[in-house]
Amino acid sequence: MILVIAEQKDGKLNRASWETIAAAQQLSGGAMPITVAVAGERVSGAAGELAQAEVTEVIAAEHAALAHYTPDAFVQALGQVIGEVKPALVFFPHTYQTRDFSPTLATKLDRALVTDVIGVKQTGGTPTFSRPMFQGKLTADVQAQGPAPHLVTIQIGAFRADAAQKGSSAAPIKNQPVTVDEGKLRQKPEAPFQEAKQAVDLSQAERIVAVGRGIKSQENIAVAEQLAKAFGAELAASRPICDNGWLPMERQIGSSGQTVAPKLYVALGISGAIQHLVGMKGSRTIVAINKDAEAPVFEVADYGIQGDLFELAPAIIAELQK
Amino acid sequence: MRSRGPKTQDPRPKTQDPRPLDFRMKIAVCIKQVPTREWQPRLNDDKTWVRDQDVSYEMNEPDAYALEEGLRLREKHSGEVVVCSAGPARVQQVIREALARGADRAIHVEDDGLAAADAFAAASALAPAMAEQKFDLILTGLQSDDQGHAQFGPVLAEKLAIPHSTIIMEVNVDPSTGSGQGAGSLRVKRELEGGWFQYVSMPLPALLTIQSGINTLRYATLKGIMAAKKKEIAKVAAPAGSARSRQKITALYAPQKAKQTVMIGGSPAEAAKELVKRLREEARVL
Repeated sequence: MILVIAEQKDGKLNRASWETIAAAQQLSGGAMPITVAVAGERVSGAAGELAQAEVTEVIAAEHAALAHYTPDAFVQALGQVIGEVKPALVFFPHTYQTRDFSPTLATKLDRALVTDVIGVKQTGGTPTFSRPMFQGKLTADVQAQGPAPHLVTIQIGAFRADAAQKGSSAAPIKNQPVTVDEGKLRQKPEAPFQEAKQAVDLSQAERIVAVGRGIKSQENIAVAEQLAKAFGAELAASRPICDNGWLPMERQIGSSGQTVAPKLYVALGISGAIQHLVGMKGSRTIVAINKDAEAPVFEVADYGIQGDLFELAPAIIAELQK
Repeated sequence: MRSRGPKTQDPRPKTQDPRPLDFRMKIAVCIKQVPTREWQPRLNDDKTWVRDQDVSYEMNEPDAYALEEGLRLREKHSGEVVVCSAGPARVQQVIREALARGADRAIHVEDDGLAAADAFAAASALAPAMAEQKFDLILTGLQSDDQGHAQFGPVLAEKLAIPHSTIIMEVNVDPSTGSGQGAGSLRVKRELEGGWFQYVSMPLPALLTIQSGINTLRYATLKGIMAAKKKEIAKVAAPAGSARSRQKITALYAPQKAKQTVMIGGSPAEAAKELVKRLREEARVL
């Protein structure tokens, strides 16, 4: 049996929960029953939504101590759900929240955890998971070792939420009582906040020129700026550019920044680590310009040019101005 | 025992906030040696790992930010920074680099079997030696640029029975509060998705995984490189059985393309002309 751990916040389901259900359904192929569990303070609404999926059962694990996420509370609660359900596999969406607690849960259970999974298949009856390695330069097929359950996190955007099959009737919802020893919660969380009002909403941009490490220095950002202007595009960046302070954090595309899907996305000197690709691969047309022909960004590109961006950008600007 | 300096040698300026005078931080930074960004992978014969002899190595970038944060905390609160790494003899390259940047000493859990270790194996290898040291704070990068499991930090924290928090963008240490005798506590800024953040507090000792960009890196000076040669690297044998990984790589291959990419060649001017033509006429996005 596959147990899918859905994620919700203030009763609202994270869309990645549906992607994770789709991954479980694909691996199962109808052969393994699927149960979905959702934990929080009040989750009946989220559980009701999840019951639309083609699954055997939905488990609602409610406790007041789960209102605000802490790894200690979630490890306690989900450990009990796993102990009760006894799954062969536990699937999680690879969110920042899952990244925070799933290694602890796996260590407590003394079980294997395979993270960042982008593909699932059965190999002679053994579940095999694909995951990127070496910054996306290679993909590995891996099999979890040791006794079940094996824990697996599914990378955001690797499976389509709308590929999750809906059931002909709603799945039964079971309320699973969980206990949380509040004296053992070591982390004290405060309310989430945004740094500043986002001055630019890149998700609304029709065209985006995004710049990466290949630009080499802060002075060269002007090259990308001019190219963006010529395209009538917003300027954006991959994480390292914002880390260096060459562009403000609010212009960052990727898992820690904004997710965009413009008509045109030009990746200038961006190698294409998975954390960047998840933020832009839904773009309609993607152009990649990179000196390295093996750069992972070319996997998602519609048009690619291998070459020196300092020669190519001025040439493209000249062409656009003709 | 927690290391405590004699009160008469407190190097901090007297103008700083009142706090226990004997507060010194014993900070560990776990670093990993990974292939350089420029490295082009070549597979070994059975296509389950890369050809090690072709690899040039560097310090995992998020770990470099963790090291920098450790050095800054030591400068603020006094104490020491101990760099810890698990792997074969070659990882001394990045240990020396960390010592040259300012770490005080190092612990190297050396075992050839750790060359391709997963997070469980690496944490199991380091945990006993690190437990003995009774660190106040353990820092490491949020994930490695090679295998990228993003598990090592929380796994090590659980093995040492200390709290953790991940993807940290700011570290504040308060020496005056905490569970133990002046043990201190932390208030840290966690990065959430999509531009959101959150502060989380927890008692020391604790473990944090550090996000790239939390600070500005310093590089080793010639003086630092010379000083590093005299610094201690304690070599520790890996505990028996700890190097067993929890996952087996059955195949390693170039990523499958999500799209049919049209590669445009020619001179820069020719390529530019062809690209703009296709964007106008084929993709119709201009």
